[in-house]
Amino acid sequence: MNKPADLKGLVLDPVTNDQRYIGNREPRHGARRLLEGQGTYIDDIQLPRMGHVVFWRSPVAHMKINKIHTEQASKMPGVLAVVDGVQMAKICKPWVATLGHLAGMKSAPQHALAVDRACWQGEPVVAVVAETRAQAEDALQLVDVEWEELPAVISMESALDPETPLIHSELGDNLCFTRSLDVGNVDEVFASADVVAEATFGFGRHTGVTLEPRCQIADYNPGERRLTVYHSQQAPHMMQDLYCRQFGLSESDVHVICKDVGGSFGIKVHAYPDDFATVGLAMMLERPVKFVADRLESFTSDIHAREHRIKGRIAANKAGDILAFEIDDLTGIGPYSMFPRTSAIEGNQVVNLVGGPYKHQNYRAHLNVVFQNKAPTCQYRGVGHPIACAVTEGLVDLAAQKLQMDPLEFRKRNVIPDDAYPCSGISGIKLEVLSHEQCLRTIEKMMDYSALRKEQAELRKKGIYRGIGFATLIELTNPSPAFYGVGGARIASQDGASVRLDPSGVVSVLVGVGEQGQGTEGIYAQIAADAVGVSINQVRIVTGDTDVTPYGGGTWASRGAGVGGEAVLLACQALQENILKLAGAILNRPVSELSVHRSHVLDKATGEQLLPFSEIGRIGYFRTDTLPAGFSADLMVTRHYTQKDYPFIFTNGVQASYVEVDPDTGFVKLLKHWAVEDCGRVINPMLVDEQVRGAIVQGIGGALFEECLYDDSGLLRNGSMADYLVPMANEMPDIEVAHVETPTQSSKLGAKGAGEAGTAGAPGAVQNAINDALAPFNASVFEQPITSEKILRALKKI
Amino acid sequence: MSLKKKISMTVNGTLVNAEVEPRRHLVDFLREDLHLKGPHLGCEQGACGACTVKVDGQIIRGCLYLAVQADGCVVETVEGLTKSGVLADLQESFMRHNAMQCGFCSSGMLLAAAELVEKQPKASREEVREWISGNYCRCTGYHSIVDAIVDVLNARAKGQKIKPVTAHA
Repeated sequence: MNKPADLKGLVLDPVTNDQRYIGNREPRHGARRLLEGQGTYIDDIQLPRMGHVVFWRSPVAHMKINKIHTEQASKMPGVLAVVDGVQMAKICKPWVATLGHLAGMKSAPQHALAVDRACWQGEPVVAVVAETRAQAEDALQLVDVEWEELPAVISMESALDPETPLIHSELGDNLCFTRSLDVGNVDEVFASADVVAEATFGFGRHTGVTLEPRCQIADYNPGERRLTVYHSQQAPHMMQDLYCRQFGLSESDVHVICKDVGGSFGIKVHAYPDDFATVGLAMMLERPVKFVADRLESFTSDIHAREHRIKGRIAANKAGDILAFEIDDLTGIGPYSMFPRTSAIEGNQVVNLVGGPYKHQNYRAHLNVVFQNKAPTCQYRGVGHPIACAVTEGLVDLAAQKLQMDPLEFRKRNVIPDDAYPCSGISGIKLEVLSHEQCLRTIEKMMDYSALRKEQAELRKKGIYRGIGFATLIELTNPSPAFYGVGGARIASQDGASVRLDPSGVVSVLVGVGEQGQGTEGIYAQIAADAVGVSINQVRIVTGDTDVTPYGGGTWASRGAGVGGEAVLLACQALQENILKLAGAILNRPVSELSVHRSHVLDKATGEQLLPFSEIGRIGYFRTDTLPAGFSADLMVTRHYTQKDYPFIFTNGVQASYVEVDPDTGFVKLLKHWAVEDCGRVINPMLVDEQVRGAIVQGIGGALFEECLYDDSGLLRNGSMADYLVPMANEMPDIEVAHVETPTQSSKLGAKGAGEAGTAGAPGAVQNAINDALAPFNASVFEQPITSEKILRALKKI
Repeated sequence: MSLKKKISMTVNGTLVNAEVEPRRHLVDFLREDLHLKGPHLGCEQGACGACTVKVDGQIIRGCLYLAVQADGCVVETVEGLTKSGVLADLQESFMRHNAMQCGFCSSGMLLAAAELVEKQPKASREEVREWISGNYCRCTGYHSIVDAIVDVLNARAKGQKIKPVTAHA
């Protein structure tokens, strides 16, 4: 169980003058309505005259569109429009998703509805809008597309072969992006090392499976020439900008509203063809149009992620020092780089992160990102980290095994020491301050490592095969403009908060980062309550509305607490200063004699309550006539924050997995999982625990169950929740979480991100635990998901 | 497709008369015709459990159940069960443990949990995990949901109530 007592009493210095909520397990009160069935997800919104869109999607991986017959469908009851790609292209420009700082990256123009060709099974080709969803689906049956199948590129392994057909002939080849890195003397080190270990790691494609599918309602008001989009999205301002640019509107013409979002995980941070098509239809029809993906559409058209094959090796000396890593990463991303974040980022992160926790000085990496006729891949929770971590940690275990060293001892010896920061990692990443040594010490104690090893040895004698696996990790969070801005993508790395003292003394906080269930609004309420100096139930948080909140980047790269939270802190502290200024003017006393405590202005010296906030509000708004001439009662302030000190602020942590493998069936039982995470200042340990646990289970999903399986012709074989396995409660272990708090110095708050490290570490930890259990058989598996079949194959039983 | 059938049922304590197409499933009827927001649709194939509602006291998959099948039945959703207080201690416990994140699974999860509490009051932690394995949650990792349900089982066994969550002063 988690140990909240460890966190009591705030190890870190407070950041506010009366810190009551930051650091505590505060329930998020906004969640109550979700438990009462009163959330407002997109599908809960019904607008007058609203039409419903469904899409005729490509039934094959690659096809030429010859002719589209829509007459029959158009005549069906309730049908409002049947629109093809050529018609859509008249109002929505195509896009090309590349980033300037990924040198040489290329992709082809992509349309909201396919024009001439469709390049993956599931690409939208024809849109049918009707008064009800059922009517639209009835009419969809009568859309007749004349098409012919084109040769498809399915396997990433052969995508670059000369005889493989080109997906986009104008690009010259099927290569989206390539990158090479060579630091130190890799060849020399491998040639002379005492120990070299190597393996080929495979990662299956998987996807996010948000329980609420992707969905939106686009509403174009012809009178105002204004577009409102209700969207289940992570980055409302980014979508506002994209709708402006693709449809030739100005920012003030576009209003994006994100209410409750039913899971996102990166799936909902991208701009999909369906999104633009729905907006285009609303503009054509001048009425609201709702799109809600059904589950099959989600499986075939939500972004996939993580299809990689990596050859890796590690060099070490007899003393137990890691000397070098080398990797060759091949990844397939579908037919287009995804808009606007690009599909090259995942592989790029793998190159940045392999070997990242360790102090070796020699590293070579090669990356090829290739196109295929499968669903586009892009950033999903953890982005590259789970792959980099599983490869690194798999190699580390192999080296430890060859050296006959305990894997935990080997890690302790090789991690970058806690007193070495700031420093640069070998790939060039800048590391501000990490705590690997402390995390390793913590997990050893937490899991009672030596007792567990004894238990493992005892049980092994009885024919019970258990394994312990570790994964040390780093995760990039709090991104600076170096992430997208420098590459030309209009995705804000800054975020803003506006905070207002309402006349009654309630504090309203408007923030650019929204809520997808992580508890973002909950931690903002905690920060605001402490920083202004009010009770938490006197705080109201508003997010997810581009007309209302300050401009910001939204939710990605674990930036909600570290970037959004800092903006809230700065704005709220500024408001407290203004409250004191106003109190000074009302009381005709110097501000230096006043302080704030729990919704009151006090005499600093005596602690006497002088004015409640409600009185500050009353005079500040309604009796400004009583204030000195020229005094402005600024009871609303806005502050923005950008993290500019480092490209990213890295978090770190370590996970351990304890599993039992049945060598007769290949069945893996997860017995227990431990995680120690350092996300800097912990604003709410309960919410961080849940972020860590939820992320771990998504990582375990990729390690053991989840895979988007395609047949040889590029058809998805398991596009349903019955066929695509995600972890259920029964298969999951209890997960014990502990925190180490090393605050970042790049902000006042000191918070780093916490949302993805769990996903980053779990696959490596589980893979190593399984291989530890299989060690007596001299067998190992490095192909995720690690299924029973693969284990039995490794054991040569099938 | 306009062969509509007249049905009547009691939904959250109110008698409802309607005409529906026979193909309309119960959750589409509850959501679109009655404007209830509690039952959610995650997969429409009976796999995820987000659509769980009660019909004549039994929890069912609302997406695999036609509205016409519920003709003459008593239907309860999270909204009604919240009002009647049936879910109160589970809801408090879920709040206390943050046993939900995005909340999309929560109505179904709570209804499944409520049936467990009723039918297996002595369930072990493992049995709780098994029982809720018909309901997907993509956010929490399940640990906190199991904690929340176990707390309710323990409290009920001792005849105690789960204290409401309030902000500390």
